[in-house]
Amino acid sequence: MTFHSILFEIPEDSIKNKTLEAPLFFVDLNLDEVIDAITAGKQEYNLKPFFYTSLNDIDTIKYRQEIARDLENETLLDNIKSFALKMSTMRRYLALIDKLYYKNHQEGWFLEAVEMYCDAVSCMVHDLSLVDLKSRGLLDFREYLTNYVKSDRFTSLLAETKKLKADLSTVKYCVIIKANCVKVRKYESEIDYSVEVEETFEKFKQGAVKDYRVMLPIGSGMNHVEAKILDLVAKLYSNIFLNLDNYCAQNSNYLDNTISVFDREIQFYVAYLEYVAEIKRAGLKFCYPQISNKSKDVYDYKGFDLALANKRINENSTIVCNDFYLKDKERIFVVSGPNQGGKTTFARTFGQLHYLASLGCPVPGKKAQLFLFDRLFTHFEKEEDIRNLRGKLQDDMVRIYAILDQATPNSIVIMNEIFTSTTLKDAVFLSKKIMERIIQLDLLCVWVTFIDELSSLSEKTVSMVSTVVPENPALRTYKIIRMPADGLAYAISIAEKYRLTYDCLKERIKS
Amino acid sequence: MKAFLMYKDHDFDLQRQLPSNAQALTQDLELNTLFNAMALGDNFLFDVAKKAVLSGLNDLDIIRYRQNILKDCLNNSSIVREIYQIPIDSIENKNRRWMGIFSKYPSAILYGSIEMLQMFVDLLKKLKSIADEHADKFESEGFTAFFAMIKKELDDGYFASVQKHLRELKFRDGVLISAELGKGNEGTDYTLRKPHDKNQNWMKWIFTQKSPVYTFYIPPRDEHGARALSELTEKGINLVANALAQSADHIDSFFIMLRIELAFYIGCLNLYEQLAQMGEKVSFPLPVPTNERRHSFHGLFDICLALTMKQKIVGNDSNADNKDLMIITGANQGGKSTFLRSIGLAQLMMECGMFVPAGNFCANLCDGLFTHYKRKEDASMKSGKLDEELSRMSTIADNITSNSMALFNESFAATNEREGSEIARQITCALLEKRIKVFFVTHQYEFAHGFYDKRMENAIFLRAERKDGGGRTFKLIEGEPLQTSYGEDVYHMVFGRNN
Repeated sequence: MTFHSILFEIPEDSIKNKTLEAPLFFVDLNLDEVIDAITAGKQEYNLKPFFYTSLNDIDTIKYRQEIARDLENETLLDNIKSFALKMSTMRRYLALIDKLYYKNHQEGWFLEAVEMYCDAVSCMVHDLSLVDLKSRGLLDFREYLTNYVKSDRFTSLLAETKKLKADLSTVKYCVIIKANCVKVRKYESEIDYSVEVEETFEKFKQGAVKDYRVMLPIGSGMNHVEAKILDLVAKLYSNIFLNLDNYCAQNSNYLDNTISVFDREIQFYVAYLEYVAEIKRAGLKFCYPQISNKSKDVYDYKGFDLALANKRINENSTIVCNDFYLKDKERIFVVSGPNQGGKTTFARTFGQLHYLASLGCPVPGKKAQLFLFDRLFTHFEKEEDIRNLRGKLQDDMVRIYAILDQATPNSIVIMNEIFTSTTLKDAVFLSKKIMERIIQLDLLCVWVTFIDELSSLSEKTVSMVSTVVPENPALRTYKIIRMPADGLAYAISIAEKYRLTYDCLKERIKS
Repeated sequence: MKAFLMYKDHDFDLQRQLPSNAQALTQDLELNTLFNAMALGDNFLFDVAKKAVLSGLNDLDIIRYRQNILKDCLNNSSIVREIYQIPIDSIENKNRRWMGIFSKYPSAILYGSIEMLQMFVDLLKKLKSIADEHADKFESEGFTAFFAMIKKELDDGYFASVQKHLRELKFRDGVLISAELGKGNEGTDYTLRKPHDKNQNWMKWIFTQKSPVYTFYIPPRDEHGARALSELTEKGINLVANALAQSADHIDSFFIMLRIELAFYIGCLNLYEQLAQMGEKVSFPLPVPTNERRHSFHGLFDICLALTMKQKIVGNDSNADNKDLMIITGANQGGKSTFLRSIGLAQLMMECGMFVPAGNFCANLCDGLFTHYKRKEDASMKSGKLDEELSRMSTIADNITSNSMALFNESFAATNEREGSEIARQITCALLEKRIKVFFVTHQYEFAHGFYDKRMENAIFLRAERKDGGGRTFKLIEGEPLQTSYGEDVYHMVFGRNN
């Protein structure tokens, strides 16, 4: 099969990759932070649209997973990075030319750009030939590149470039400056003055001394005096510079479009894998999930919140991993337990895992099977917004209505602490109503709540509870465990800590 | 070029870490009094004195090497002070006129360096003329080598070639810069070249095939052009300016090194002159290797006490050759502490190559000198007093080695006598077994007498002398530890005898 794109096997798919806005749930799931971190420093590739577009085709997901697996080979990844660096440098040189005034100078930089390109391509094809590739995408790209490098177009470009560079490196000249008079001639083996100075005073040397070389500004282009000197140098070496003129005229369209597109798109993987590597170094695991669009059995072992992990690693603190699974008729996680015990993190993790899997990326965890959703919805508590002109409870209801209206049985819904702006009785009533709808739609769902009753509403619900250290209830484990919701145990342990249990109080209160 | 006045083959390293017991030694032996006398208010001299005294040597060769240099210094003090003045002048000139070479422009660096080098060259000439005139008055191996080095390295031909460079680098004939084409055909590797000397090699000059020379002029009103041209010149002279500035730094560092190497001896001269004024006698000690056991001396006095009281004080005589343990007991305020301090001070002074405060003094060198003195109550209340003492002892134990020396002053007395004695006894026995020489000032009768009863060959017991009626001579004599330290005398002294 001919190679089109490293992101999409079928060319038609790539046309749809224009999504410029982040999906609505990005902020709730902290995926905005994750994608910002992943794409930081890679602005020139404009990678965000790739990360904003989830796939709904299992084969394309596999196409990407294969490529990502191939790129886990560190040698290959380094090769790609080095290729990218060269291509980026090449683009910088080309951009520079537009800002320059003098022909010999512009042509000099054009030659640099082409040389860099030739080097990038030659190295890439050589490097790829040494790697054992498995993915369709990279195998096809290798074939494409191999043929390209053998083509007349490339071989002659390479030969001419090398010849010119070699010729130019023989140029050595002298400038003699006295007052406003400048003379230019070829170099005649005069000796280096600084060497002589160093030798004269060497004897006093006691140890290392300061470096007095001034970092004179470089790369600020060329002024008219330097240009004038360069013109005279060109006159001293007229043949070489004539060849350079012809070369530039003939090779203006040297850049191959497919290679150029590859250079951008492969960065999708590089960026993600670099980010993952950082987190793996802290001992956390990633895996390639099984994806299904039929079975709603899902699981992930040793999963974690990617955004949180990244933050905690920077603070040098530990990350707690959690397991989950849904099987048979189970569809809905009802997560309850003490505050700040990792409930929201668990909900986010569930959402992140599914989204990242839909991009074809490896996901946090040791082993995972995930569901290929059509839509992903989140409902996280928001501050009251005066512009809505309605109360918070009503606002909640409006948003949930919109979600349930759009959701299909293939959607995923994540809800976090809704209906907090009403009495418990109301909240229970409303929650049960919403739950019925969710059960009816057969949605995959994570629901973080303080209402224990929800966890045992149906055979579709699974109760998950955030836990504390038994001896010291103030300490959180950040473990979310499959167990019946039992708010009491926690409340009593807190009371004990403050000696406010029935027995304690009886003793303390003097009669 | 090296002075090598502190060691035969390497520089004195002022940055070297002091041994871990330096702080305790300084406090216990009142070393700051000694350093102040050597420094006479000069912070640099203080620093060098401190480093030298506290980094003692156990190499007989180097100690003798320094002793001989110091003897030369004592005999030629004004010449040595004159040499020492050269680096001082260099530093002062530099601070006054340059404050170092800083600039964004190589041409300014070049100009500044030439000026500074000129100043340095004048001082080097002065050094050379001192060497020419006085070298024959010095006898020590160190100074002989030093003057020979000056004569060899700084001959007239050398000064002439330096002057030539300093003249040429002002570029009265323009600058000749070579360059190559770098990335984007931009000039690179700008290198200042020395023009071919047309007088020599003129045959070659005429017959080589020459490149055409193209010339252009920057119009007088083209300010951009003029600036561009000076930028180009800057690039051309960047490396040579660096080389020249570094050369100035090299000479500067040479002077700094010379100052460091001489500073210790200047400190010794300062000290010597003060002692001479008080009429105190000093002598060059006779060190013996660390594994021998020697300690014999006449008129050993506490130099710090003398410096503090600014008068001649009582010295002690003793012969403790072949002894590993010296226990000092006796009357309160009878000079025990002073004596112990004089032992420590003499040891440190001997080991850095100085003279010692004694008519004569012979002792073995030691691998390390450790002091354990009673200290005042810990103000932070973190630990009890005995606790604190034992913790310090534990630190010493971490660092002490065989053939070291340990000075104890009323240690482990922060508990009742029996316990304190037992601790002191166990520690002392252990140290002796490890071949560590122990000096112990104590009031603990049980401890002191316990050792006395053992009749050990290698122990000596000194007692602070008390005249009948309670007077003190501040002399220590050999004698059995007594059960009283005559604290009553002190009581009477304070309260009056009749009360």
